[in-house]
Amino acid sequence: MSVTSTSTAKTTGSGRGEASRKRGLPQGGGRRREFTTRRGLQIAAFMAPAAVFVAVFTYYPMIAGGQMAFRNWKLTDLTDTSWVGLKNFRDVFADPAWGTVLGNTAVWVVGSIVPQLVIGFALALWLRRRFRFRGLYQALIFFPWAISGFLIGILFRWLFNSEFGVVNDLLQKAGLIDEPIAWLADPKTAMVAVLIANIWYGVTFFAIMILAALQSIPDELYEAAALDGASKSRTLFQITIPYIRTTLALTVLLRVIWIFNFPDLIFGMTGGGPNNETHIVTTWMIKITQQGDYGRASALGLLVVAALLVFAVFFLMATREKKGVRS
Amino acid sequence: MIGKESVAGRIVKFAFLGVWLLFTVFPLYWITVTSLKAPGDIFHFPLAYWPERFSLENYSGLFGTADFGTYLTNSLIVSTVAGATATAISMLSAYVLARFEFRTKSALLMAALVTQMIPSFIALGPLYLLMTDLKLVDNRFGLILVYIAVCIPFCTVMLRGFFENIPDALEEAAMIDGLSRFTALFRVLLPVMRPGIVAAFIFNFVNCWNELFLSVTLMNSDSNKTVPTALNGFISGFNIDWGSMSAAAVLTILPTMLLFAFASRHIVQGLTSGAVKG
Repeated sequence: MSVTSTSTAKTTGSGRGEASRKRGLPQGGGRRREFTTRRGLQIAAFMAPAAVFVAVFTYYPMIAGGQMAFRNWKLTDLTDTSWVGLKNFRDVFADPAWGTVLGNTAVWVVGSIVPQLVIGFALALWLRRRFRFRGLYQALIFFPWAISGFLIGILFRWLFNSEFGVVNDLLQKAGLIDEPIAWLADPKTAMVAVLIANIWYGVTFFAIMILAALQSIPDELYEAAALDGASKSRTLFQITIPYIRTTLALTVLLRVIWIFNFPDLIFGMTGGGPNNETHIVTTWMIKITQQGDYGRASALGLLVVAALLVFAVFFLMATREKKGVRS
Repeated sequence: MIGKESVAGRIVKFAFLGVWLLFTVFPLYWITVTSLKAPGDIFHFPLAYWPERFSLENYSGLFGTADFGTYLTNSLIVSTVAGATATAISMLSAYVLARFEFRTKSALLMAALVTQMIPSFIALGPLYLLMTDLKLVDNRFGLILVYIAVCIPFCTVMLRGFFENIPDALEEAAMIDGLSRFTALFRVLLPVMRPGIVAAFIFNFVNCWNELFLSVTLMNSDSNKTVPTALNGFISGFNIDWGSMSAAAVLTILPTMLLFAFASRHIVQGLTSGAVKG
């Protein structure tokens, strides 16, 4: 969710705030430069409450949890919590379901992100132009964002119910199927169903971010393109997409991290079933936690962090803006 | 703007927008309709797209047999207090991150980003032990403390975006007039920041209201449960009572949706104000 942190971090150095501080107001600005201790104390005092909360209730448990990955830490037997090296990691990889879980995670992430991006982009492009009731329309399609992933899972679990679900009823009425489908009992259709639910939820975020980025493109660029007689698709690929590529890249990065780490929806919809076939890495982690093996669950958690960090670094390197692209 | 739209183009556009709107709204319509049917009619063919007999039986069951009123109250207290406190604390950190340049700043921003990357499950065990030591397990105050910490990183980033949209000169002028930095922040900046503060609070509130796993871990007794924990209890059994479940879902969704609708413009601005500058 921290699109903003990474992107604004880049701009602050030369940001408007700093510039105006250098320019005017000798008294205020000068004083802050002279008494650096006082300035440091001010910064510390303002940051302290936030830092204390996050350190105590987020970072401390995370680090403590991280070291459990190298210990024998089972709720069923807490007499022996000795260090076991990489045993928990070996157990993760040796699990027969591990292959399925990894494959599902890939399907879950790619199968969610691609339709979300495409549909979100289309919505944003079409919402750019004013039309009557546009505000109401936006408010209506943005609301899935206010619902918890867990509850969305429950909602779609009811829609896809094999006997009394409305999806089967609608498909039968439309003549597309003859018999009701047991959506959540068959691994293949269960995966399709959770993906549909996640697309329903996630398109909004892309639409918001892309729409905001589109609104920052100067109209003159389009006017010039129109004068040159550029076609619609050419305008899209040579003006629109290059101009908003930073936002696009950051949104995709964040959403990948976030979808990867989003067990709530699957947890509410299928609980990982049928027969473990819709488990992704993070729901798998929940299952192992519930079985009380905190050591192995933490090992899994560290693998997630490592994978996401590597992905984030490579992704940022690959999509970093080349100089002059925008000029 | 983007050239002229052809008639065919407009038809495609509005068809797409219409289909998407239906797809978005329908699940909510369906859960609401289900919740208003008499319990027997829910499992009745053919499925009724409009209740034949309206009934509030599913709702009255929630407040009679189940103790849903208590859960709603708990969620309301926890989300309001945690959301407001986190907003206040994040104001201070966001202000510093927007207005000062210092060496550890990018490290702090990275630390905020990393909180999003780590699966929360890795922290649950140790957090439970910590709260046991502090005697704050199964305690609303304990859950509030944890939620404050959960909200702070993103809230800080969001408010920072709002601060950066306000010219420095505003509080600098106040400081030249002799106000301290802190007083200037409260007397001069706060009123200007009001939309941002409201948006940040609502965002925090919705996040706390929707949070499941921490609440399931930390709250045991029935009188302390929050709404998501109660919903989780509904599905843990083998048979889901879909009548009560849909009524509970409607009651859970309603408050956050109303809040979101009320502040959606500001929230969108909050989400995007930083991102589109880069």
